[in-house]
Amino acid sequence: MSMAETLVIVLVKCVALLVLLLTGFAYMTWVERKVVARIQVRYGPNRVGPFGLMQPVADGLKLLFKEDIMPAQADRLTYILAPAISLIVALMAFAVITIGPAVNIFGREVTLNLADVNVGVLYVLAMASMGVYGIILGGWSTNNKYSFLGGLRSAAQVISYELSLGLSLVGVLLITGSLRPLDIVQAQGGYWLGFVPRWFVFLQPVGAALFMICAIADVNRAPFDLPEADTELVAGYHTDYSSIKFALFFMAEYVNMITMSALTVTLFFGGWQGPILPPALWFSLKVLVFLFCFVWLRATLPRLRYDRLMGLGWKVLLPLALANVFVTALAMALKEMYF
Amino acid sequence: MLERFFQNVLVALPKGLYTTLKHSWRKPVTVQYPEEKLTLPARARWRHHLRRWDNGLERCIGCALCAAVCPADAIYVEAGENTEGARFSPGERYGKIYEINMIRCIFCGFCQEACPTEAIVLGKVYEFVSYGRDGFIYTKDMLLEPPLDNSKRGQG
Repeated sequence: MSMAETLVIVLVKCVALLVLLLTGFAYMTWVERKVVARIQVRYGPNRVGPFGLMQPVADGLKLLFKEDIMPAQADRLTYILAPAISLIVALMAFAVITIGPAVNIFGREVTLNLADVNVGVLYVLAMASMGVYGIILGGWSTNNKYSFLGGLRSAAQVISYELSLGLSLVGVLLITGSLRPLDIVQAQGGYWLGFVPRWFVFLQPVGAALFMICAIADVNRAPFDLPEADTELVAGYHTDYSSIKFALFFMAEYVNMITMSALTVTLFFGGWQGPILPPALWFSLKVLVFLFCFVWLRATLPRLRYDRLMGLGWKVLLPLALANVFVTALAMALKEMYF
Repeated sequence: MLERFFQNVLVALPKGLYTTLKHSWRKPVTVQYPEEKLTLPARARWRHHLRRWDNGLERCIGCALCAAVCPADAIYVEAGENTEGARFSPGERYGKIYEINMIRCIFCGFCQEACPTEAIVLGKVYEFVSYGRDGFIYTKDMLLEPPLDNSKRGQG
């Protein structure tokens, strides 16, 4: 394969991924509004297009054409950089997510991910924690106490939950011995007793539960949406952002949600593997289930009090995650010794 | 702390999730307004109408009792004399200018009670729309019910 061909393939994949993620984001807002509305016994958006399907387009255009206001006392450079950092990091994180096995296009092997990194999972985690920079800088640069408080909370929250997030998937890594999404998914192939898929959620139920809780906290979604707690902080870190800059923060949050759902599917729910349907479709369906869970939880749970959030992170999730790592490691060691 | 966590996650959380899911199957209570409208209560008081007698003459005699009783000072009446050539109402006088400011009006219905000839009544039309405040001054020709028979109406 020549250099030029590789370049073309990577470029095509870049564009495809960008389009996929941004459409995903747009329609995620629609899904969220619809689902939350139905749970609240309302209809949700239904005016723009059939079933309100053109609502994201209308919203996007509205945000583009709104007046872009910058506070007079804002730190200009950081103020502009912060939303960009948020979105770029969010988009970058998705690069290593593998949505299917390698396919043959025109006699050429093409992997269904942007980069086949052998420390993929670690890379996603790194990018997820980088995302907090966007939020902190956004909160700080506006010179507004509410935004600043939101940014600080975000920092504290991400530090507290990142630990448990990282530890909760160590179990999976111990079992597979690889950080590569492809290997992790392939390790979950086949069935137990002929019908139970060999998903890691059955081997690592505690790990999976902890991972999902921490993932919600990591992307600042309800009930862990303390950084933008609208009842106390107006809108948190993005209070003073308007127009397209606000939209970038908004996009970053949703893209992070998609990434975290994709990671959950990869690590615990067998990735793209499933009967009959094509792999990419299976992957998308599974991701959609988790995106629905994000929305469902948001519509169900009230926001945690700040001290409870910290208590939960440090006194419950972290010990549980450590215990999970210990038990898994012990089981692996015993298995090696006696079987 | 751990015990409460498990209680919350294993008992309270599924319960809450089930409740919200259950609600999502209900039919939404939203009334899709322009297409769907609520039925108004039988005695709902909305936009005023100036009525006519059966023979097509106006009931309003321009006494301005409605304007006097109006707590919001929303009604303006100016009376005119009926002449043989131009007869609007059965008696001596008729309401020459009759204006209601719908922004001031509080729809209390006092005008309806005060009216000696039951000329002004509050009806069921509740859609007041205008691009400017001028559009909310309802004049006599807007309020007056359509004439039953044009031939019985006086010239003028």
